[in-house]
Amino acid sequence: MQNTKNMRIPDFKLTVPVDQIGVEERAARFRTRSIKKESKLFALKLALQMVDLTTLEGMDSPGKVRQLCNKAMYPYEADPDIPKVAAICVYPNRVRLAAEILKGSGVHVASVATSFPSGMGTLESRIEEVKYAVDEGADEIDMVISRWAFLKGEYNYVFDEVATFKEACGPAHLKVILETGELETYENVRKASDIAIYAGADFIKTSTGKISPAATMPVTLVMLYAIRDYYLKTGSKIGMKPAGGIRDAKTALHYLAMVKETLGADWLTPDLFRFGASSLANDLLMQIIKQKTGQYQSPDYFSIG
Amino acid sequence: MSNRLNVLKTCKLYIGGKFSRSESEHFFQVPDKKQKPLANLCRASRKDLRNAIQVARKAQAGWAGRSAYNRGQILYRMAEMMEGRRDQFIAELERAVSSKRRAENEVDLAIDRLVHYAGWTDKYSALFSTVNPVASPHFNFSIPEPTGVAGIVAPDEQPLAALISLIAPVIAGGNVCVVLASEKYGSVACTLAEVIHSSDVPGGVVNVLTGFRADLVPHLAGHMDVNAVLFAADDPEQKKVIQENAHLNVKRVHFYEGTDWMKDDAQSPYYIIDFQEFKTTWHPVGT
Repeated sequence: MQNTKNMRIPDFKLTVPVDQIGVEERAARFRTRSIKKESKLFALKLALQMVDLTTLEGMDSPGKVRQLCNKAMYPYEADPDIPKVAAICVYPNRVRLAAEILKGSGVHVASVATSFPSGMGTLESRIEEVKYAVDEGADEIDMVISRWAFLKGEYNYVFDEVATFKEACGPAHLKVILETGELETYENVRKASDIAIYAGADFIKTSTGKISPAATMPVTLVMLYAIRDYYLKTGSKIGMKPAGGIRDAKTALHYLAMVKETLGADWLTPDLFRFGASSLANDLLMQIIKQKTGQYQSPDYFSIG
Repeated sequence: MSNRLNVLKTCKLYIGGKFSRSESEHFFQVPDKKQKPLANLCRASRKDLRNAIQVARKAQAGWAGRSAYNRGQILYRMAEMMEGRRDQFIAELERAVSSKRRAENEVDLAIDRLVHYAGWTDKYSALFSTVNPVASPHFNFSIPEPTGVAGIVAPDEQPLAALISLIAPVIAGGNVCVVLASEKYGSVACTLAEVIHSSDVPGGVVNVLTGFRADLVPHLAGHMDVNAVLFAADDPEQKKVIQENAHLNVKRVHFYEGTDWMKDDAQSPYYIIDFQEFKTTWHPVGT
């Protein structure tokens, strides 16, 4: 995508200041937005198309993944107007199965790798895991950075590992999980975002979903600023994926408003914006059907998964 | 202290164990029996209704999972709290609608009725469960289980007695409810919500909304996450709306219009059974 060789890489020892109060107030402002009628229906459908339907549990059996893949392709069969989700996100050992089922459907297969969620494996094993997932058929890799190295100030280590995994990905897209819940400050989030972007990330992603707090609007806003500054400097568009803790349709719409007003309408596409979530899809479906029928819906009538 | 300003209570909605104003910020004034302003009540919107149903659903499993005995203790606790506020209820009813003597009767009856249903919580199941004769080597039995989330539309007449007579059997049987109080006498329901709030009833088990029936009844009847609707007001048009909308998810629908809630026969375990589903189990036995 972008050519990192000809680009001036910023000195990561310098800190980009982030106005904590300003960011939090700006993010809170988006929570007051209300989108109605046709625009709401459009936004709900768009949000559904941006969902990375995720299951990352030790209990993910092949059956569970198969069910999830079907849900991804046919979220609500009673209404053919409902769009597919963007991707499903699984562990590497379920990638082959998911890729077989989703072949030709247009739904991407994302796999977490690099010793998700802690990132504490050896570099070799983490690279192997990326290659394994890509060979099995993943076209998107969600990696985790070494937070221990980042917090220790070894920014070059983090930069190099992202670049290494990007290379190991080959044609697959690389999403870099910063795990912002462990980064303590907004400045750190901004710095980790810059490192990931300059090292070759296609997407930056807030969280693994295994740590609380996961995605929050202020954190996502800080990351969107990093993406915007990079775009203004180089003209390259980096994607954003908030993940974890986004459970209801209303919050999803607030995120869309935030993306639109921070980065512009160009980013309102599954190619550049994703939600990492498991329960969000059903709430979006319920709101879409509510919008169409006028009746509030019950989870009893929507498939689980 | 004669020139002191009275501190008036803000009547609010009771949703999920919290007193909140309507999301719409709308309210309406109700008069007392002399047509003087009595209270400003929140005019609940369909979003308030939706929120109430959402928290009710969350509370349902926990409430149904409590032991029947514990539900009885909590209903009895409600009666204790009402007894402590007996004078307040009498004064409110007298001012809003009634004579002093009739108000006293109504409050006493409401308290006694709570005790009545408190006693039933751990007995109705034994009474209505059956062991069924079957022509195969099975032990076959049927037991009642709570229907789930019930919407209750209260009548205007006998506001306190009716509210208790409608709510108590529903929650005694492990259901949770969203109550739409009388349009005219909703202030009594607000005070009742304070009683519920202070009597160990978990948040979300009873939710009390004030507002206009016409705003809310169609959405209550159409909501896919409501399992039963109890309509006790007298309004043929709204009755029709309920019948039409309730088919969407095949709700249980009960109409109790025209019931005299002051009568002794307006309480019975059959009111509990109206909000129970019977589960039959076939258990193989050796011959």
